[in-house]
Amino acid sequence: MDLQQNNKILEVKNLKTYFFTDGGVVKAVDGVSFDLNVMETLGIVGETGSGKSVTALSILRLIKQPPGKIVEGEILFKGRNILDMNIKELQDFRGNRISMIFQDPMTSLNPVFTIGNQIMEAIIAHRNVDKKTAKQESLKLLEMVGIPDLKRRFNSYPHEFSGGMRQRAMIAMAIANSPNILIADEPTTALDVTIQAQILELMHELKEKTKSSIIIITHDLGVVAKYADRVMVMYAGKTVEFSDVDTIFYKPCHPYTLGLMKSITRLDEAKREHLKPIEGNPPSLIDLPRGCIFRVRCKYAIDKCKNILPPLLEIEKGHFTSCIRAEEFLSGSLKRKK
Amino acid sequence: MLYFILRRILQIIPVIIGVTLILFILMYVIPEDPAQLILQKGATPEALANLRAKMGIDRPLHVQYWRYMRGLFSGDLGTSYRYGRSVNSILAQHYPYSIRLAFAAIILEIIIGLFAGIVSAVKKYSFWDSLVTISTTIVVCVPVYWLGMILQVTFGLKLGWLPMSGYGDGSIKYYILPAITLASVSIAYVARMMRSTMLEALSNDYIVTAYAKGLSQFKVVGKHAMKNALIPVVTLVGLDLGALMGGAILTETVFNWPGVGRTLYLAVLQRDAPVVIGGTIILVSIFVIMNLIVDIIYAWLDPRIRYEKREPGL
Ligand SMILES: Nc1ncnc2c1ncn2[C@@H]1O[C@H](COP(=O)(O)OP(=O)(O)OP(=O)(O)O)[C@@H](O)[C@H]1O
Ligand code: SF4
Ligand SMILES: [Mg+2]
Repeated sequence: MDLQQNNKILEVKNLKTYFFTDGGVVKAVDGVSFDLNVMETLGIVGETGSGKSVTALSILRLIKQPPGKIVEGEILFKGRNILDMNIKELQDFRGNRISMIFQDPMTSLNPVFTIGNQIMEAIIAHRNVDKKTAKQESLKLLEMVGIPDLKRRFNSYPHEFSGGMRQRAMIAMAIANSPNILIADEPTTALDVTIQAQILELMHELKEKTKSSIIIITHDLGVVAKYADRVMVMYAGKTVEFSDVDTIFYKPCHPYTLGLMKSITRLDEAKREHLKPIEGNPPSLIDLPRGCIFRVRCKYAIDKCKNILPPLLEIEKGHFTSCIRAEEFLSGSLKRKK
Repeated sequence: MLYFILRRILQIIPVIIGVTLILFILMYVIPEDPAQLILQKGATPEALANLRAKMGIDRPLHVQYWRYMRGLFSGDLGTSYRYGRSVNSILAQHYPYSIRLAFAAIILEIIIGLFAGIVSAVKKYSFWDSLVTISTTIVVCVPVYWLGMILQVTFGLKLGWLPMSGYGDGSIKYYILPAITLASVSIAYVARMMRSTMLEALSNDYIVTAYAKGLSQFKVVGKHAMKNALIPVVTLVGLDLGALMGGAILTETVFNWPGVGRTLYLAVLQRDAPVVIGGTIILVSIFVIMNLIVDIIYAWLDPRIRYEKREPGL
């Protein structure tokens, strides 16, 4: 894949977001790096608790402080560091250049305001328009995301919508200001299987139409295979592998990714949602072990893994891995176990 | 909605029948003789018997009750034993004073209570939060009449800034101490409830959505969290409004405020049954009507309730 440098819309470099709790410092995100190109869909995968949501929230600086804090790293949007923005700039930025939709559309819409009101609000927050224009815009958006019976639906409350409709409304709200990036944190987990497909298809179409980019967090590797151009794999708060989708699926060079991919053939559709194919548990994020974080669960671990925390390295163009044996996988000298 | 309101108004009737019945029985079992009360000591037995017959209090309880209820439904609350005036006119004379005091108290309750609650929720664990927690705890523990007297002594007697009691010429300075006293406990409850409902509202996912849209903290707290947080608080304030409108017996007595609360207190002391019963009926009715208004506001705030109530069936 030929990726031009100036095509980058977002670059996350060595992001670290910690939570300072009574029980200790939870290193929820502890070294995440990736980038995103214009019109690209990036998939983020990793088992539960690996820091996917915290990464997404960190990008828009939505981590509640205290207890959370972004302690290190850079998040560059078109070269500008989001972490340097003041509160006013941040408000102008959120929902305008980068939007976000969440897992559960029931709880992420405010139950006491109409759908129309909540969409109009997103428009008015960023554009200098009167209510009438905002309403027309909102109706257009609702039509775009495929909500029937517009006039009535505009004045409905979230509880009068089905789950799929609510997520459509959330999408309408998120794209209201034609953002460059839409971040979707497990947007379909709370929905029925048939509705899931519709929502994903809708997001994909809108992305194509508006020439924007998507970051999609999911447990569903089928979704990744179908929509993602590139994939970032996370483990215990770290990026362990990052590359284009074919590489991730067919020649992964990190044992954790390898385990994930093997699981596809093993698990049926229903179970795929709860990605936990590899035996053992991730380490405590408060008390990370010495050496490689994946070592205790790794089938390929060698003595050296005990002492060295492998850095994320570019082992071939556009392919990043944090395993000291990655080169061996790449060259084929270390066979991937069945 | 209309159906719902109508139903609630009809519900007032059995409540009033129940209340009058209980009061009637209580007043009836008190061994004191109203005729004796009116004619004072030294009245002849004949005069007493005459008066009893005239008042109808020599008749059996159920007959008296029936008569009273007939009067009640035609708007007649009877005649005071003490003053010989109609209860209607006595209540009408004192009621406006209670209403005015109640409004003053409610305004304090809403402004101070909501403000303190919001500040302590948004600035959780800060100095202001602790201040609110400590002062509300103290206020809730202190008896109302004691607080009233402390204020009287401090601001009335020692500092001489404000009048100690009475209605005076009705200017604001006469309202301040009784209104603070009357509102004190409610302010504390409103502040605490507002704090907890606000914290609860702020922990919801839709708050993250609101921030993610690019809204300011002012908008997120003041609009998105506020409307949700207010729902339970409205109930509390509304119930208070009902209770305050009924006159504040303790506060009015301590501050010698000429409202129905104090009138009722005096009537109890004087065994003036018609005033006690009539006054109580009015208080109960107002309380029930206030509840109705609260329910309507509630339905407006929370659309989920609105739709549940639209369903048919009693
Ligand atoms: N407010 C918080 N305080 C303390 N720890 C937190 C907080 N929020 C998240 N964490 C921790 O950060 C870690 C990463 O959480 P995150 O929600 O990002 O996981 P995730 O990859 O999105 O998982 P899932 O697939 O279940 O959504 C978890 O271990 C979680 O316990
Ligand atoms: S560094 Fe060692 S332990 Fe870690 S993933 Fe690679 S082989 Fe396994
Ligand atoms: Mg998550």
